[in-house]
Amino acid sequence: MIERDPEIEPERYELAEPPQYHFEVDRRDFLKVLTVMGGGLLVVSSLPASAQETGRGGTGGTAPNDLASWLHISQDGHVTAYTGKVEIGQNIRTSLGQTIADELRVPMASITFVMADTDLTPFDQGTFGSRTTPTMAPVLARAAATAREMLIDLAAAKWSVDRATLEARVGAVVEKSAHGRSATFGELTRGQNLTGRVSQSAPELPRDKWVIRGQALHKVNARDIVTGRHEFTPDVVRPGLLIGRVVHPPAVGATPKSVDDSKARAMPGVTVVRDGDFIGVVAPNERAARRAAAAISVEWNLPTGLPTSETIFEHLKKTAVPDGGRGGDRTGNVAAARTSAARTFDATFDIPYIAHVPLEPRAAVAEWTGGKVTVWTGTQRPFGIRGDLAQAFRLAEDRVRVIAPDFGSGYGGKHTNAAAIEAARLAKAVAHPVKLVYTRAEEFMWGYFRPAGVIAISAGVDANGKLAFWEFDNYNSGNSGLLTPYAVPNKRESFHNADSPLKQGSYRGLAATANHYAREMHMDTIARGLGVDPVEFRLTHITEPRLRDVLQTVVAKSGWPHPSADGRAIGIACGTEKGSYIATAAEVSRTPDGFKVERIVAAFECGAIVNPDGLNNQVEGAIVQGLGGALFEEIKFANGEILNGTMAGYRVPRFRDVPPIEVHLIDRRDLPSAGAGETPIVCVAPAIGSAVRAFGTVPARLPVTLSAK
Amino acid sequence: MAPFNLLVNGKVHHVEGAPEDSLLSVLRYELGLTGSKFGCGEGFCGACTVLIDGQATRSCVTRIGQVAGKDIKTIESLADGDKLHPVQQAFIEAEAFQCGYCTTGMVMATVSLLESTPNPSEADIARVMDRNVCRCGTYPRIVKAIQLAARRSAT
Repeated sequence: MIERDPEIEPERYELAEPPQYHFEVDRRDFLKVLTVMGGGLLVVSSLPASAQETGRGGTGGTAPNDLASWLHISQDGHVTAYTGKVEIGQNIRTSLGQTIADELRVPMASITFVMADTDLTPFDQGTFGSRTTPTMAPVLARAAATAREMLIDLAAAKWSVDRATLEARVGAVVEKSAHGRSATFGELTRGQNLTGRVSQSAPELPRDKWVIRGQALHKVNARDIVTGRHEFTPDVVRPGLLIGRVVHPPAVGATPKSVDDSKARAMPGVTVVRDGDFIGVVAPNERAARRAAAAISVEWNLPTGLPTSETIFEHLKKTAVPDGGRGGDRTGNVAAARTSAARTFDATFDIPYIAHVPLEPRAAVAEWTGGKVTVWTGTQRPFGIRGDLAQAFRLAEDRVRVIAPDFGSGYGGKHTNAAAIEAARLAKAVAHPVKLVYTRAEEFMWGYFRPAGVIAISAGVDANGKLAFWEFDNYNSGNSGLLTPYAVPNKRESFHNADSPLKQGSYRGLAATANHYAREMHMDTIARGLGVDPVEFRLTHITEPRLRDVLQTVVAKSGWPHPSADGRAIGIACGTEKGSYIATAAEVSRTPDGFKVERIVAAFECGAIVNPDGLNNQVEGAIVQGLGGALFEEIKFANGEILNGTMAGYRVPRFRDVPPIEVHLIDRRDLPSAGAGETPIVCVAPAIGSAVRAFGTVPARLPVTLSAK
Repeated sequence: MAPFNLLVNGKVHHVEGAPEDSLLSVLRYELGLTGSKFGCGEGFCGACTVLIDGQATRSCVTRIGQVAGKDIKTIESLADGDKLHPVQQAFIEAEAFQCGYCTTGMVMATVSLLESTPNPSEADIARVMDRNVCRCGTYPRIVKAIQLAARRSAT
């Protein structure tokens, strides 16, 4: 039996995708690989000794516990910290720095992070699931606390004094007595690695004594962002760099029938690269690469008879595998409760595919040097992409280096990245570094989508208006947020895998958004049906005080049940995901062709807050992203082809879509920090949907629409 | 292919190309000015916004044949050495970004907006800036940054 990693949730479908390319093996290369691999299956690492000693690079599934993997203090006292996590706007370059600054007792300005470089940073599974603050920050806190204690030991030895007379303060160890001696960290380490294991017992600041954590510090690289100096992957330049482009099929599942590349081959400076079904070009500049790719004429075998965006819901129900995934959580006796229920309420919700649309499209720069390939690419799984590259080119993993520069975000959409493999294939062909940047249409087509789904709910109440049973079936969209947080004595909640005609995978909050939408809309339906206040109805079924807290906070701050202006209606929803709690209220007004969102109020609680402004930014951003899925986002497709896969065809939230947003953060220093970047997205749609019901019928689907009363 | 003279950030650059070639492609790939970003190539996201004769323009859909001899300014020309432009400073203070990929385009669009409308209302901002997308959803902060920059320029 394969043990399931709790960080990998089953709905990360993109990770199960087979490799897109099977390249021909160059016989000479294959022999080299066999030699490198020792002729067997075990991959022998030939990492530079320094990297191996420090536990950087590496392939293990667990974080190393040697201190030098995580921290280095130079002679001038500068601290370099290492993590395999990526910075994508969630602000961890800053917030993780706050953790180290606090525990090591150094100013923020003394810290630089090396992130997401598979040769330099410890192995990491990937940046997803809002795991960085709850899991990476504690690792770095322990490393920093260990280092601080070692530095105190070094000073105690140097001065032959009792370490209890010393303390670490602002990058130095000082004697606590008046006019005591002082030595900077750099003087103590003299640039040498602090060797040893990360201590599990080095004293860490209790959360109520945090100094630098808890402060609303600005982003550490803000200046590079506003000046355009920060190098995103598409900005990376290497000596002798050439520009590539790939001729992709027009539809998922299409294969080339015939290819005429003679015109492209005749273009000066252009190399055409063909390998199996792979068709690419390399040219001296981007304009030439674009012209060369356009000059290749391909006749495609196109798939037929596949589901469309209209027939997808029927298709998913038809192809569902019962109780796949984690599904089938059961409590009590639903069948018996159903027969004795006073009233029952049934609904079936349709959830379309939606796209992440990161503004930085997939891109990669690849460079081969002496049988080793280095790839710069924006991915949430740099070590995973290293494995993909090793597999595609039949290399040992230590012959592959992946560097993920801070990138133009992912929102769960950049766990896989064929562009990295394609750029490496092109670079190998021309023996020059090659840059490949996807067009927007390619990003839509060859990324993956948040899964479409069907969610069916059947619920009943007893004579006292309390929930008696709850049946919840999710077809394909996923099982995050599947389980109701409300107390129900009899329930069954199931997730059913189904056949997806499009590439699908992770998204911010995964399926928790769809599951919260269906559940919260249905709670609203039942409360309305019973003629009771939807907040009261929820409160009578909530046992978790943290959920109650956010709901009551949003009630108080929004003015529920009274909208803040005439002619508006207000709706509310709440939920929990990734260990944090959200409640959202939305006000809407009637427009000639539907409705308009006028105001959003959210209360959010994720334990102790590390950077209040960074968190506020995340919550606002999640709400804005949630508006897209709530109001208009939906992928249109037929026969494997995306019909609205352009920025002009696929509407994402813009300035005029965004109402005033009020965020109320509840700081719980008595609780550990939980994941925060995803949860605030989950209640936007149901809060809006509930509000719109004041104006008429809201069909059971996303996006939220209004049918005339 | 024909020669074009492009006046970028006060310097003339000689470029060989077709008149329909994208200005953004030339800026990024040949002049090394990577501060202007490629987001969609359709003129619908604004990540590539530059100023042409002071007017915010989507460089990805601007053809080099249209702009020869015009005054093209990119984000690289905005700061005065180490001294940031007031709009850049305001974006930092309002922390008006997350990943930052849209930011240079937002900053250039703001410079153009404040040039024509020194005291924009929220409605003005939403109307003019609606051509620029921030997928991280920092719009409320960008509005604050624009208002902050406007207030400073007024005093």
